[in-house]
Amino acid sequence: MTFDPHQLRDDFPILRRTVASGQPLAYLDNAASTQRPQVVIDAMSDCYQNYYANVHRGIHTLSEESTAAYEAARVTTQHFLNARSSREIVFTAGTTAGINTVARSWGHANVGRGDVILVTIAEHHANIVPWHQLAEAVGCRVEFLPINQSGTIDDSVVAQALKTHRPKLFAFTATSNVLGTNFPAQSWTEMAHRSGAAVLVDAAQAAPHEVIDVQQWDADFVVFSGHKVCGPTGIGVLYAKLEHLEAMPAFLGGGGMIQTVTTEGFTATEPPEKFEAGTPPIAEAIGLAEALRYLQRVGLDNIRQHENALCQRADQALRQIEGVDVLGPMPDLKGGIVSFTMDRIHAHDIAQWLDTRGVAVRAGHHCAMPLHDVLGKTASARASFYLYNTVEEVDRFIEAVQEVRKKFASKGRRRRRPPVTNA
Amino acid sequence: MANEQDIYEEHVLDHYEDPFHRGPLDDATHADEGKNPLCGDVIQIALKLDDEGRIREAWFEGEGCVISQASASMLIEKVEGKTVDEVKDFSAEEMLELFGPKLTPNRQKCCLLSWRVLQSALHSPIDGEADADADAAGGSPRFGGPSLSEES
Ligand SMILES: Cc1ncc(COP(=O)(O)O)c(C=O)c1O
Repeated sequence: MTFDPHQLRDDFPILRRTVASGQPLAYLDNAASTQRPQVVIDAMSDCYQNYYANVHRGIHTLSEESTAAYEAARVTTQHFLNARSSREIVFTAGTTAGINTVARSWGHANVGRGDVILVTIAEHHANIVPWHQLAEAVGCRVEFLPINQSGTIDDSVVAQALKTHRPKLFAFTATSNVLGTNFPAQSWTEMAHRSGAAVLVDAAQAAPHEVIDVQQWDADFVVFSGHKVCGPTGIGVLYAKLEHLEAMPAFLGGGGMIQTVTTEGFTATEPPEKFEAGTPPIAEAIGLAEALRYLQRVGLDNIRQHENALCQRADQALRQIEGVDVLGPMPDLKGGIVSFTMDRIHAHDIAQWLDTRGVAVRAGHHCAMPLHDVLGKTASARASFYLYNTVEEVDRFIEAVQEVRKKFASKGRRRRRPPVTNA
Repeated sequence: MANEQDIYEEHVLDHYEDPFHRGPLDDATHADEGKNPLCGDVIQIALKLDDEGRIREAWFEGEGCVISQASASMLIEKVEGKTVDEVKDFSAEEMLELFGPKLTPNRQKCCLLSWRVLQSALHSPIDGEADADADAAGGSPRFGGPSLSEES
């Protein structure tokens, strides 16, 4: 199958629509959330129309069929990550829920007063706040790896921090959702393991764009979200090595995660069900599996190459525009994300103007306030690309940014003075 | 129909580029600051109230998008000379009307930031000077500022 974004667009019904201004949609907010192809929408509809019931509970046809589809989704996810066993795949509500599960369960069991959790300054709040909460609860510390001028982190800085802090856990993002920087999951994991730290990789921005092999990474925990891989909202994946899942205490208690319950207490069942208390996101798991198959059919290597080309084009053009400051490294070191600021123009005004041109970008701190603090910015605008974006859309984006500059440039405007009244 | 382009009407950009009373107010009696954590917009408002509970002078400072800054300028221009009661009666809807162009709910927050800060500034006397005010008003520091009903 040859890769043609124009053809792939036909798979995504939403891309045919226009925005409030009447312009056709150029959706460049994929790092926040992606769109869904028809096959994913259909898979979920099919579940609800033809065989939906609760899973693991009913002794009846629908429940058996739903359970089979739900468990098949787990196997699809296992293969997507190349995990050893489907029992290492826990369905959660998303990346945020996955990290919180590790913090509350593994963290409370393994981290104590004076221990260190090491993260990077480029983390999403989802990989910062749960550790702050753990620190409040058990008295550990959170240490941050700084980024250098070019928006990356040298291995030597990582090695030094591992040596200085001897962290219990090194939790880092595989791809920064602001800078687009790719961090080397495999080699950092190896370094961390050598110093005795466990590793959590936030793959929210990596899973949509690259082949992930969790055995090769060898990380202890890997998390990602369904809605960023063309799948549904409300579902995500927590991969953990089976030995951890077996040792970790259950986090949420309730139905589905127990072996027995008495008036005195309970015994938890085996992983992964142990971490799936309550009715799980059933149709969402089925939709997620369909999305993962879709990405594999298109080819994650193709997707990555295509995005890099778009990113390069956008990055280069932005750097030509006067007053534009592109954040993060040059395109060869990052995924399909370009964040930027404009001299004396707020990111919200950029995004608002781009919307009138049909171009959807994100503006704000992108849930990365500590990173924006060290960059000395209150907010930035971000264009993020995916398999269905085209060169034409990148050009429309650039043209609209050029308009922004003209629109908001100082022109010696004067406010109309109110008539003078004698107060 | 709301055309988003109209948000940046000339009148709005005029206020952005040539704001009314943007700067510090040295002898302020009341002041407060507010933020929109989502956007990073910041507005500080400083007021000088006279004994009759009238806003003698109003100034603002801040940083943020066109909407947050231009709306602050419009609001400050509007309230100078007004009584505290008049300002308290000035509703959020009236603020959006004063701004003019129709805003989506997300952007309304930017527009209402200065309105929110102004309302809280009325209750935030500046220490020292303000103590006298609070005492004069019957000493209710929690609500700060002179209580007009008691003073007039
Ligand atoms: C790097 C990173 N981590 C975590 C998250 C949080 O994902 P979710 O909101 O799906 O839980 C995001 C999403 O914005 C992200 O980009």
